Amino acid sequence: MSATIKSTRTERRTERRTERRTERRTERRTERRTERRTERRAERRTERRAERRTDTGGIAASPWQGFTLGRWADRIDVRGFIQANVTPYLGDAAFLAGPTDRTRALWSRLTAMFPDERARGVYDVDTHTPASITSHAPGFIDQEHELIVGLQTEAPLRRAIMPNGGLRMVESGLAAYGYSLDPAVREIFTRYRRTHNDGVFDAYPADVLAARRAHVITGLPDAYGRGRIIGDYRRVPLYGVDRLVAAKQAEKAGLDTRPSTADVIRDREELAEQIRALTELAEMAGSYGHDVTRPAATAREAIQWLYLAYLAAVKEQNGAAMSLGRTSTFLDIYLERDLHAGRLTEQEAQELVDDFFIKLRIVRFLRTPEYDQLFSGDPTWVTESIGGIGRDGRPLVTRTSFRYLQTLYNLGPAPEPNLTVLWSPALPEAFKRFCARVSVDTSSIQYESDDLLRARWGDDTAIACCVSAMEVGKQMQFFGARVNLAKTLLYAINGGRDEASGVQVGPPLPPMNGEVLDYAEVVARFGTMMDWLAKTYVDALNVIHYMHDKYAYERLEMALHDYSVLRTMACGIAGLSVTADSLAAIKYATVRPVRDDTGLVVDYRTDGDFPTYGNDDDRADDIAVWLVRTFMDKVRQYETYRGAVHTQSVLTITSNVVYGKHTGSTPDGRRAGEPFAPGANPMNGRDRHGLVAAALSVAKLPYSHAEDGISLTESITPATLGRTPEEQVGNLVGVLDGYVACGGFHMNVNVLDRATLLDAMDHPERYPQLTIRVSGYAVNFVRLTREQQLDVVGRTFHRSV
Amino acid sequence: MTAATARLLQASTVPAGESTGPAGESTVPAGESTVPAGESTVPAGESTVPAGESTGAAEITGSVHSWDLSTGVDGPGTRFVVFTAGCPLRCVYCHNPDTWSARNGRRMSAAEVLARAARYRQFIGAAGGGLTVSGGEPLLQPAFTRAILTGAKELGLHTALDTSGYLGTRADGALLDATDLVLLDIKSFDPAIARKVTGRGIGPTLAFARRLAARRQLVWVRFVLVPGWTDDPGNVAALARFVASLGNVERVDVLPFHTLGAAKYAALGLDYPCAEVTPPTAAQIDQARAAFTEAGVRAV
Repeated sequence: MSATIKSTRTERRTERRTERRTERRTERRTERRTERRTERRAERRTERRAERRTDTGGIAASPWQGFTLGRWADRIDVRGFIQANVTPYLGDAAFLAGPTDRTRALWSRLTAMFPDERARGVYDVDTHTPASITSHAPGFIDQEHELIVGLQTEAPLRRAIMPNGGLRMVESGLAAYGYSLDPAVREIFTRYRRTHNDGVFDAYPADVLAARRAHVITGLPDAYGRGRIIGDYRRVPLYGVDRLVAAKQAEKAGLDTRPSTADVIRDREELAEQIRALTELAEMAGSYGHDVTRPAATAREAIQWLYLAYLAAVKEQNGAAMSLGRTSTFLDIYLERDLHAGRLTEQEAQELVDDFFIKLRIVRFLRTPEYDQLFSGDPTWVTESIGGIGRDGRPLVTRTSFRYLQTLYNLGPAPEPNLTVLWSPALPEAFKRFCARVSVDTSSIQYESDDLLRARWGDDTAIACCVSAMEVGKQMQFFGARVNLAKTLLYAINGGRDEASGVQVGPPLPPMNGEVLDYAEVVARFGTMMDWLAKTYVDALNVIHYMHDKYAYERLEMALHDYSVLRTMACGIAGLSVTADSLAAIKYATVRPVRDDTGLVVDYRTDGDFPTYGNDDDRADDIAVWLVRTFMDKVRQYETYRGAVHTQSVLTITSNVVYGKHTGSTPDGRRAGEPFAPGANPMNGRDRHGLVAAALSVAKLPYSHAEDGISLTESITPATLGRTPEEQVGNLVGVLDGYVACGGFHMNVNVLDRATLLDAMDHPERYPQLTIRVSGYAVNFVRLTREQQLDVVGRTFHRSV
Repeated sequence: MTAATARLLQASTVPAGESTGPAGESTVPAGESTVPAGESTVPAGESTVPAGESTGAAEITGSVHSWDLSTGVDGPGTRFVVFTAGCPLRCVYCHNPDTWSARNGRRMSAAEVLARAARYRQFIGAAGGGLTVSGGEPLLQPAFTRAILTGAKELGLHTALDTSGYLGTRADGALLDATDLVLLDIKSFDPAIARKVTGRGIGPTLAFARRLAARRQLVWVRFVLVPGWTDDPGNVAALARFVASLGNVERVDVLPFHTLGAAKYAALGLDYPCAEVTPPTAAQIDQARAAFTEAGVRAV
């Protein structure tokens, strides 16, 4: 080849190389220029967005400034936010602040109204406006001085009517206190709008009606709101309503491609209602001057947003238990941020918490007298779960855990919010001691085993009502009250006939003719009767929850849940200890039935000794364990509405008195009409080896067969916890550690003298804030009925613990 | 750990026939637990300890009135308390007269007692506490008491001995070695008052107290304040000086007299010398405590 040709080829090759190099260089330059432009645009966009979000205080540029981001920033994950940002506090209570004058003045305004409220039963009622999230204009206690705002109606302690649950209930509640319903409202809910109560009684089968009349299944939420749903109110301050609405819209859109079966149709409608409820929440908040469409930027906003979300729930629903969740660790993250930045002092932080708690203490619902018998003392179960340990072993105790308990000193003891400590021996010592001190001083705390809860439900578990656990925002309970197990035993002996009326209520069995009751025979018949009871019970609950979903759906609370939630069918048993002791009597002593002239067994003569539940005696305790497991297994056989998982509780609230009234004499020696023991407590006076032995008996009950909770209430005189206050605190910590270590689930702790209670019965005006714990909740002692007071006073007071 | 104790730890059954405990109102004053009222509360039943044991605990038996689990009253923390039956003293204010007679108790082996206590190891371990031998007078049955205390140490429990010290010479070195804390009930310092109140002299108790001091044994002294009987200021002051001189007394529990045991005297058909005595007032209790504090001893 000639040199010329070669050089031309080389030239061309070089040219092409240079061209390509230049092209690439230019490309890269353009790319970089475009990137930078895009970045700058995005930055400016973010700045502008952040500016719009900034509150008038001109504080954080972004509401999440200073937070450690994570998955929680991209999707709704409150637990993730907490895990990434929590500051565990291992120190003691010395940092806490007392009440400010403002707090004292505000709380005094309310306490001045309480005697009137107690005397008349209610302070006031709005008889015209069916309640909803947006039905009432803003209300204040003292607008100039409140830090956290929002009332259920336009005035403090004024109750609202909520006819969706049942019109009769509203009218009966009003009549009990001397009010009458606006006729227009009656017209609407008679002619134009059916209620939950209407639906349930249309659909109840005959068996259920008979069982209700006989008081073997009672206290069902067919005439009151079912409650037992905890909205994840924390989502509102963390994400703002706009983001939550967008997430629900996406979930709903996701259902468009699914075939329109009944379940899908219902879900679409529920999601639409949830979205509407969120929008109403924003509207209601706006009426108080707060824009909850955006996330909270300060601690004060976080508490306010959270409270407004909870307020929306209690404006719309009057569930028996309207629990708050597990908010202290969440709010602590915001408080820590503001404290570190110098935007808040400790006194101001405590003041915000105090103001929040004042609001929680004045939540009120209009109830019927029947309801008050079952659940006395105006409970709302604003249950807040404090403390606990994270899955990774770090304690979830924060300074705000202490601040929450401090309200019992700053505002005085009170039954609400229902402060619940999630206890583990592994909790920080200083926190444990503080809790024990608060118990000794106020008797206002209950304890649950965090070890059992964490293992079963995880570390973002909260308690609904008294003892019923769920993972917040991911689970809800179909509340089922409880069945009368003791009466069921009597039915077994009487072949299904009621021991008071003689009416055939349960399935017929041949009469037992022997002179002495035979244990094996009684147990076999009891099995048959429990089968019938379980079937009838699940039937009743399926009807109730179908109708509640249909006519009184908890839109706002469910809007603050994931779309797909775990539902549990929360059954319950009353009279565990009566039944266990009665069976023990039949087995170990000699029980002779006493019959009337129709052959109905109406009484029992029991001769000889027998072991009783509550003394750490396996012979009796094994029977109690068998009862819990067996009834749960029987309930599990029956299909539940919406496939809810079967659970049960051993819990009675104050209904142990009511159930006892409707149950005849039992083989253990209890006389007809006398109260049952509450919850899983041993029968009054039969626990004779002290609190520890009683607690160990209760700890044997298997939580795996009672996942809706097991309730134990203990009353101790302070002197028997120790001879000095320090000793008392240390020993109480020890008892709780021992109890949880041995598998115990729950303990209400009352530390006071029987003499104090007797005095309070005679002179209630001296004890306006005397709070005691009854099965599963705390109550103002002077608001109980005399009968219930006598029951509490008659309880075993452990003097030798 | 002895072979017998190891077997105990494996045992999953509990002696049959546990009683239902006291009837009705067995209430307890601050600072002491009362023994349950009524008939002997530990019914007869077969022992679960195999016959033919070659070492201690299974063979050594004693008379037991009852057991209890209590917190804060018979030593620190939550404790398993075994009440032995039989006492040489007859204190006029005693709230457990049903423990005076050894015949009122049930024959049990130390192994049986320890088997019952072992059931509560987990709770006591987590709660803090231990085992206390009380009564009655444990040193009336020194071998039995020693076996229980030694066995309890092998179980890893803190041990306490609640005694008047009147039979202190019966506590040998091994027994005291197995005792972490002695709860010494000194009825009075003045010998005349002591004889009036207990029917016996106070000499042996004081000698025992000195012996414990020499051994540097940890002691909590308990003194029952009975108006008109033990509350003479001279008596209290002298006791306070004596206690302060010992050097091994960590604290003094001033226990106010109470009449909650009155029903038991009636049930036993016994005269109750202190039936008309009024319990001391808070001021009187404070005064007694002050006497100890002034002498340099912590009083609660």
